[in-house]
Amino acid sequence: MKKTVSLILCAALLCSVLLLCGCGDKAETLTLNVYNWGEYISDGSEDSFDTVAGFEKWYEETYGVKVHVNYDTFASCEDMYAKLSAGAVSYDVIVPSDYMIAKLREENMLLPLNFDNIPNYKNISEDFKGLYYDPDNAYTVPYTYGVVGIIYNANAVDEADAGSWDLLWNEKYAGSILQFNNPRDAFGTAVYKLGQDVNSTDRADWDRAAEELKAQKPLRYGLVMDEIYNLMESGEAAIGAYYAGDYFTMLDAQAEDVDLRFYYPEPTNAYIDAMCIPSCAQNKELAERFIDYMLSEEPAIANAEYTYYASPNRVVFESEDYREEMGEEVMEILYPESGDFAADYNAYAYRNLDAATLDYINTLWESIKIG
Amino acid sequence: MKTKATRLQRLLLYPYGLWAILFIVLPLAFIAYYAFTDSSFAFTTENITRFFTATSSVTAGDGSVSEVRTYLLIFARSLKLAVISTLVCLLLGYPVAYIISRCDSRLQSSLITVIMIPMWMNFLIRTYAWMTILQDTGILNSAVTALGLRPWHIIGTEGAVVIGMVYDYLPYMILPIYSVLAKLDVKLIEAARDLGCSGASVLRRVIWPLSLPGVLSGVTMVLIPSVSTFYISQKLGSGKFFLIGDAIEGQYVANNLHFAAAIAFIMMIALLTAMALLRALADRKATGRS
Amino acid sequence: MKTASKIYMTLAFVFLFAPIVIMLIFSFNEAKSLSVFSGFSLKWYRELFRDRETLKSVKNTLVLAASASGISTLMGTAAAVGMMKLRSRRMRKAVDTVTNIPMVNPDIITGISLMLMFVFVGRIFGSATSLSFATMLIAHITFCLPYVILQVIPKLEQMDPSLSEAARDLGCTPLRAFFLVELPEILPGILTGAIMAFTLSLDDFVISYFTAGNGFQTLPIRIYGMTKKTVTPKMYALATLIFFAILFLLILSNVAERKGEEK
Repeated sequence: MKKTVSLILCAALLCSVLLLCGCGDKAETLTLNVYNWGEYISDGSEDSFDTVAGFEKWYEETYGVKVHVNYDTFASCEDMYAKLSAGAVSYDVIVPSDYMIAKLREENMLLPLNFDNIPNYKNISEDFKGLYYDPDNAYTVPYTYGVVGIIYNANAVDEADAGSWDLLWNEKYAGSILQFNNPRDAFGTAVYKLGQDVNSTDRADWDRAAEELKAQKPLRYGLVMDEIYNLMESGEAAIGAYYAGDYFTMLDAQAEDVDLRFYYPEPTNAYIDAMCIPSCAQNKELAERFIDYMLSEEPAIANAEYTYYASPNRVVFESEDYREEMGEEVMEILYPESGDFAADYNAYAYRNLDAATLDYINTLWESIKIG
Repeated sequence: MKTKATRLQRLLLYPYGLWAILFIVLPLAFIAYYAFTDSSFAFTTENITRFFTATSSVTAGDGSVSEVRTYLLIFARSLKLAVISTLVCLLLGYPVAYIISRCDSRLQSSLITVIMIPMWMNFLIRTYAWMTILQDTGILNSAVTALGLRPWHIIGTEGAVVIGMVYDYLPYMILPIYSVLAKLDVKLIEAARDLGCSGASVLRRVIWPLSLPGVLSGVTMVLIPSVSTFYISQKLGSGKFFLIGDAIEGQYVANNLHFAAAIAFIMMIALLTAMALLRALADRKATGRS
Repeated sequence: MKTASKIYMTLAFVFLFAPIVIMLIFSFNEAKSLSVFSGFSLKWYRELFRDRETLKSVKNTLVLAASASGISTLMGTAAAVGMMKLRSRRMRKAVDTVTNIPMVNPDIITGISLMLMFVFVGRIFGSATSLSFATMLIAHITFCLPYVILQVIPKLEQMDPSLSEAARDLGCTPLRAFFLVELPEILPGILTGAIMAFTLSLDDFVISYFTAGNGFQTLPIRIYGMTKKTVTPKMYALATLIFFAILFLLILSNVAERKGEEK
């Protein structure tokens, strides 16, 4: 038996040697390094469009040069920041969230974009220009956006109790309430419930929010991230806050005796994930071409359909095919009617806080978790 | 002749020695450096002090509020879960290793390989599968309810975290024990039997002491990853168990590398000391018996 | 085996393979869910083979595990042999202690500390990317080494030293004596060490995560990246395939061994 295993080991070792040798003859090919959230791009699964392959093909056809995309994924903005700020890796395109973009910009870790290479930027809706993290529209091109909302199982939760953040603290549903397992989003729910300023630097505000989260403890099923999918789909938990588009993924897979519903409490957090070029980029022009390609019709629609998140791209949400594919209910939730998105967003969005406040929040978070 | 051979064999140690200095010892210097500096790399002991003095208020089940030392409590809890998991692994794994070592040799290697197979599937995925099994609406409880029993709430309890750790690290307990037991001279056991030892006392007086080096390896291999795990506690403990691994990961994610290094530094010192003690104890026991 | 032993082993294997069975079942799920089974479908297998990035990460994982286990087995075995010959007790103790460090160190620390060091060295040499396949390989070799050494040392300790002495007295060169006498004795330990190193490297997530460079993403890192958008049954399909591949190889080798014995 051990012989077999050793044989496998030897074979694999041989492969790796061959592989390393094989790398030599790729000199003519350009390389683009992309760093994005996991499962955040249409990758050819379920008969969708393979964006990365599409770009490689498009670039070769348009410019006559072969390009190879190294596509890596991260689990959270903070992970990405840690790697990037350490100078450990170099990527040409990254897709962080708004608050992280603000931080990267403050630390001069982003390069201004040359929009001559991104003609498709005209597709971006005016609502997504002049936002706080990039007031002069110099560094970023928005990729997706969304709003945090509450998902509940209508077979277990009384319709009358729904509508606000209070549902996450409703004692009737003790033991089946889910809370975010990251300090930023968890504190967000408590702060919005209290009606406080989510960007406060006053420690007393965060103390009050921490008290709310501690009071929620006996009611909670647990603190979760992506486990929420399993728990809501199977009816194991009945109430949880998560990102809007993901509700539909759960809806598609819910068990027979589960009836998932969704609503936006007021106020809540809108977030934007945008493409930018970090200062360590090796090939800026190629990166801009990639961003441009992501804004063109086919990949943009494919990505919006794949991620189930809302797109700031007019070509997407004005597309008849896309609207039909999504359906009326989905469109209503993903693209809620709002008067002036930019003004609301700049006023209410959860921004990047100063280091001292973040550290304080983190300490509070630890005391909540051990309590 | 003999000294030359010995010197030659000792040379074999050099590549590893160089490697160990560069990639084992030197990185530790970086941890110490970070643990004793602040974000502008000026010397400070604040990170270390914070570990021992930071407090939080904890509300007990009956509503009473008490002040606790945050990180000492976290460390104690992690240690408790890790020790339980290690003991369970030892209790479950020792008989498995023993039974395998008594099979005929072809079966032995098959069985050992079969034990390793689950580890070739990624542990993140295996932990997901355990969530499906242990949930209130999961496979186990469906079976329990079908038998007409009361459903059993496991997920999000200490039990679930222990199950996850035992599952993930059990092979690392079985393997070293097995590899020592398989080498055991059968004649020793036969001799003990001939001298009138009962099965139990052969086990206690002959097999167990001789297998101690394997047991020690196994305990190390299980205890260390269980103390520092953060994924299992997050997933199977429903985020309710905040272990020392979670604390380090949390500080890292909060971009607080210096304090993360300080927690790591203290934990490292504690674990190194504990392991050295355990080793000394085992050494004394082994020499005392022979 | 006695009946009691058989029952015990069966229970142990049920425990070890319960999650594998779950993976197997849910890899055939129609819906994109790991907890609600809605119908039989082969779609996730089809998806898996279309997913270039996942297949690439599987390949990367295997390449890394094979290289790391190969190198650490060679170096670790050599080190173990050398360690046994150390005369000074204090020296032996020092080497033992250093060897134990990667095991007594939580992997998160091994990962962070190596990353800090690589980045530091990278800055000195002014390279834009201080992490690469090489740094990841170094990290994997580093944490695999003690496991190999710990498997080989007990074998060497159990070995009768007079055996190799006798061989040399009979005129063997030290090298010949090693290959003829010592190696066969410690081979089971070396193989177990190699398999453990391979398995550990395959299973590792944390250390890879910190030391991974551009464009060399392993499977665990890719799975962890799905923490916001959830793991799909596609990953279960992958695990199921790995399982059957190993099972197939095992049966094949069993048959081959039988045939070899008949001849």
